[in-house]
Amino acid sequence: MEALLAIAVGVLSACGVFLILRARTFPVLLGLTLLSYAVNLFLFASGRLRLEAAPLIRDGASYTDPLPQALVLTAIVIGFGMTAYLAMLALRALSEAGTDHVDAGREP
Amino acid sequence: MSTHAPILPILIAFAAALLQLACDRLSFQRLVGLLSAALLVLVGIWLTWLADDGQMRVYALGDWPAPFGIVLVVDRLAAAMVLLAAVLGFAALLYASAGFDQRGKHFHPLFQLQLMGLLGAFLTGDLFNLFVFFEVMLLASYTLLAHGGGLARTRAGISYAVINLIGSAIFLIALGLLYGTLGTLNLADLAQRLLLPGYDQALARLAMALLIAVFVLKAGLLPLSFWLPQTYTAAGVPVAALFAIMTKVGIVAILRVQVIALAPAMPDLLDHWLTPLALATVVFAALGTLAAARLRALAAWMVLLSAGTLLVTLAQTSAAVTAATIFYLVHSTLAGAAFFLLAGVITEQRGPAADLLVAGPQPQATWVRISFLVLATTLAGLPPFSGFLGKLMLLTTLREAAAGLAIWVVLLGAGFVAMIVLARAGGDVFWKQKTLAGPSDAIAWPRATATLALVAAGPLLAVLARPLSDYAERAASQLHAPGAYVAAVLGPVPAPMTRETAR
Repeated sequence: MEALLAIAVGVLSACGVFLILRARTFPVLLGLTLLSYAVNLFLFASGRLRLEAAPLIRDGASYTDPLPQALVLTAIVIGFGMTAYLAMLALRALSEAGTDHVDAGREP
Repeated sequence: MSTHAPILPILIAFAAALLQLACDRLSFQRLVGLLSAALLVLVGIWLTWLADDGQMRVYALGDWPAPFGIVLVVDRLAAAMVLLAAVLGFAALLYASAGFDQRGKHFHPLFQLQLMGLLGAFLTGDLFNLFVFFEVMLLASYTLLAHGGGLARTRAGISYAVINLIGSAIFLIALGLLYGTLGTLNLADLAQRLLLPGYDQALARLAMALLIAVFVLKAGLLPLSFWLPQTYTAAGVPVAALFAIMTKVGIVAILRVQVIALAPAMPDLLDHWLTPLALATVVFAALGTLAAARLRALAAWMVLLSAGTLLVTLAQTSAAVTAATIFYLVHSTLAGAAFFLLAGVITEQRGPAADLLVAGPQPQATWVRISFLVLATTLAGLPPFSGFLGKLMLLTTLREAAAGLAIWVVLLGAGFVAMIVLARAGGDVFWKQKTLAGPSDAIAWPRATATLALVAAGPLLAVLARPLSDYAERAASQLHAPGAYVAAVLGPVPAPMTRETAR
């Protein structure tokens, strides 16, 4: 399972970085989303991966660290808000400049 | 009452933002905003006075003891930064209340949220909480940056938001690595566990390096500083003035992490790269000021110049240097913000020439000319104002540093360039005139008051230099006292590793 998660994080970050380096805002936005997925998975894994363990301490049952789950939840909420705002900003730039290319309308 | 003092600044700003969201009548929002900012200044003064007894006030949120809960820590440095942010916030808000806040919706709640993020970032003692306050501050700043509209602002807003979102992703990766290797995100606990054996040194080092990378991104260290000038130039005048403290959040964060966690455990992390890059930033910013075609761009480059100057000092681990850093930080924040406000006032007075450094109508008000002279003297580091004293303290304390000679040459050279550029800009704006009279509209009193107050900070800091530099020295020695922060947060006896881990 560790290998699977590591590959998922790696592929997501690689795709995210590739898209962020594009010169149009829409791919960049997608890249940021992918990067934040990768980061969330990574954060989740920082509490170690345990199967069939709830983040609750009960007699005899094994449990998993609840803190990374809380961190991931916070990170998801913040990342979602940021991405939504960036999408609105990108749409505004698109309607003002007529294109979503970063160099459009800039004096040479 | 004073038990709950540490959380008061955050609560005031947050309550004001909620009130303003509840009723969007502009006069009400202005009143609440200014009241909150004034209250924050008073609380800042109170906290600074409280903190000056040398005791660190630790506030455990929800009474969950550290390291399990989140703590806010007020020491002299944090209290001084709260006061600085509050003063700056009040001046910027006063300026904005004369019309800038009408150009879009929700200016006032966002301004309060930005203040809350700033204050929280200075006060918190937990790295994840620091991330959350950074995001509060950033989300408000993205929207404030776009306030007023226009393609230039939208475009600058996009690159600013993208680079900071990437920064946030790296921040989270660093936090994940730290939690994965050390099992804590409380700064004091982290500092303690870094000294204990039994963790993956390489991973912890990588995590700390990533963390510092995020902070220098906020502070504008050279390879990561290209976003700063265009963002600050594009922002509206009062917003840019408030942003003058945003680079300083990164600097204070580095200072804290470096002194508390890095100096005992991995003292060589900042060696060899921070000072050269910071010197390069100073050179880059000095060249930028030479190329600036308008006053606001010049102000933006000056902010970068001061950030670079402060970053030069961060690789040094002596209390004397830190004291000079704190004094210079206060001076450069106030002077940088004053420059933005003054540029806004000059723009109003010059009609079509705006703040471009070309011949145009001459600003009519006498106080504007005198203010520019005072401010230029302060910013260029000429006697007798605070810029000179700040730079003098920096240069004296940095003489014994490893690269002391290089630092002297670069800082003095940059000061010389700044002097030439400011003199030239003053000549362009005030002497090179096409027509005799600009628009004769009087400047609205809130704008004049806010600008004058921040410009007056230069002479005022110089007059009060002795008590202020004494305070800075006490703050620095409190910060540098080994183990004091850890003991204050976690209790005098190093807490044994009691936490059950599921590993």
